[in-house]
Amino acid sequence: MSAITRDEVAHLARLSRLALQEDELDQLAAQLDVIISAVAKVQEVATGDIPPTSHALPLTNVYRPDEVHQGLSPEEALAGAPAVEDQRFRVPQILGEEE
Amino acid sequence: MSSAEERAGIIRLSAAEIGAAVKAGTYSAVQVTEAFLDRAAEVDGDISAFLHIDRETALAQARSVDTRLAAGAELGPLAGVPVAHKDVFTTVDMPTTAASKILEGWRPPYDATVTARLREAGMVILGKTNMDEFAMGSSTENSAYGVTRNPWDLSRIPGGSSGGSSAAVAAFEAPLATGTDTGGSIRQPAAVCGLVGAKPTYGGSSRYGLIAFASSLDTPGPFARNVLDAALLHEAFSGHDPHDSTSIDAPVPAVVEAARRADVEGMRIGVVKEFAGDGYQPGVLQRFQEAVELLESLGAKVVEVSCPSFDTALAAYYLIAPSECSSNLARFDAMRYGLRVDDDGTRSAEDVMSLTRAQGFGPEVKRRIILGTYALSSGYYDAYYGSAQQVRTLIKRDFDAAFQDVDVLVSPTAPTTAFPLGERADDPMAMYLADLCTIPTNLAGNAALSVPCGLAPEDGLPVGLQIMAPALADDRTYRVGAAFEAALRSKNGADLLDSSPYAP
Repeated sequence: MSAITRDEVAHLARLSRLALQEDELDQLAAQLDVIISAVAKVQEVATGDIPPTSHALPLTNVYRPDEVHQGLSPEEALAGAPAVEDQRFRVPQILGEEE
Repeated sequence: MSSAEERAGIIRLSAAEIGAAVKAGTYSAVQVTEAFLDRAAEVDGDISAFLHIDRETALAQARSVDTRLAAGAELGPLAGVPVAHKDVFTTVDMPTTAASKILEGWRPPYDATVTARLREAGMVILGKTNMDEFAMGSSTENSAYGVTRNPWDLSRIPGGSSGGSSAAVAAFEAPLATGTDTGGSIRQPAAVCGLVGAKPTYGGSSRYGLIAFASSLDTPGPFARNVLDAALLHEAFSGHDPHDSTSIDAPVPAVVEAARRADVEGMRIGVVKEFAGDGYQPGVLQRFQEAVELLESLGAKVVEVSCPSFDTALAAYYLIAPSECSSNLARFDAMRYGLRVDDDGTRSAEDVMSLTRAQGFGPEVKRRIILGTYALSSGYYDAYYGSAQQVRTLIKRDFDAAFQDVDVLVSPTAPTTAFPLGERADDPMAMYLADLCTIPTNLAGNAALSVPCGLAPEDGLPVGLQIMAPALADDRTYRVGAAFEAALRSKNGADLLDSSPYAP
């Protein structure tokens, strides 16, 4: 049985905000099936009493003094933007017409 | 103006020698920079190590170094030394793309900490080097701007993801280069190009201004033609950075001192027995075995060590790294910087985002985003991501147990020499096997170094010896690496790179 279907890949692509082509979905479904079968072996060695490690270092909160520093100017911050209007990022419409 | 002969002499010098010559006034930083720019102009058409070189920008940096030195500024041992900089570090005066179409032409508004420290050290950034897109890959074939070729054999990969950096140093286009190592992306390209490459302790070098792939693994590190040069670059850009909350607030291990000490007398060296067998090229194992014997002849005590969880490291990595990548690459949303397509006034932000990401990302990046989204999704999280994190604990325990008995662990750096371009491009699992030996170190956050240990008899291509040490014991890897390098040089009567077709 296939571990991951084409429909699942299409769903994951929507969640990931990737407008994939039909042929990409077919190709990815086949490749992910192979990859996931190979990586599923982590389940064989990982048993309940092993604590997970998310990070190589023990993570601690890092504080710094609340001091005023010079940040980026508006021009610098907007320099790489695909579209700018009135010193702001211009974005496509967020809400559809029905909303 | 230098003569052609003088230029040829300069590019053969080590970074340490160049730094000393600039300090002594034998050469100016401008002369040195011109020599390497000329070399790149001559050979980079064959190699394609660089994505961006701007002669004037590089020479302006060199002039500034000369001016500072003339004014009596106290600069470090690498002042005036050129460096090839991986295109994953932000640079205000050069484009930064991570070899992706989604960032084509982007000029960052700030320098990465590593970039800033190269400048403070008086180093000259020659240009930005090619890489696998967003550092995802082991061959530099996933770059949106074309492949880089291995100077030892132009039909083969230079390793990845820092393949442009390794190829630049191996072709003598730069004495030093920067890279990042997430699953082996410095050590594996160093090994297949016959160079020295280090993955510092995680948190030992800053990730600020590094375009993130997998945040719990990404580690900036150096490439060089010898161990001392690698140590000098390591020391130049490492150390605590308040801009990076995962940066370790501790002194940088004394790697330069260790590289100069270069002895293994009385050290205990563990051979990881899991790193052998199926999938390993016989010539790689042969050179590795000879390397172990050479270390023993230098006075090290060699023992076999078992790290059983290492067999599962690759699987855990290819769940953890894509999971972090799917999260990190969400920032490429076509809104604030980078590419935006199909914004025709009728489409929603979400549609423009999806269309832009589909067009801007290459196949490997899309594959990992989908894989990561799957591993993190409800219903699969515990089975995949959760289990992978438990494996990470087991790997850390294996390392901890091993380092109770030995000072360093050794293995081949990669299971094979450089494979032909295109050979594994359509087979992701075959490609992922290139990182088999390097990944456990990334998952545990430890330090490791790859040094050349000879040419494989079957194909005449370089083989790397990997030396692994506990976190913040990077100096041990340099001490062993330098001792080994000196012994191999004396055994062979020459450096490995002297036999490269691109040796000047």
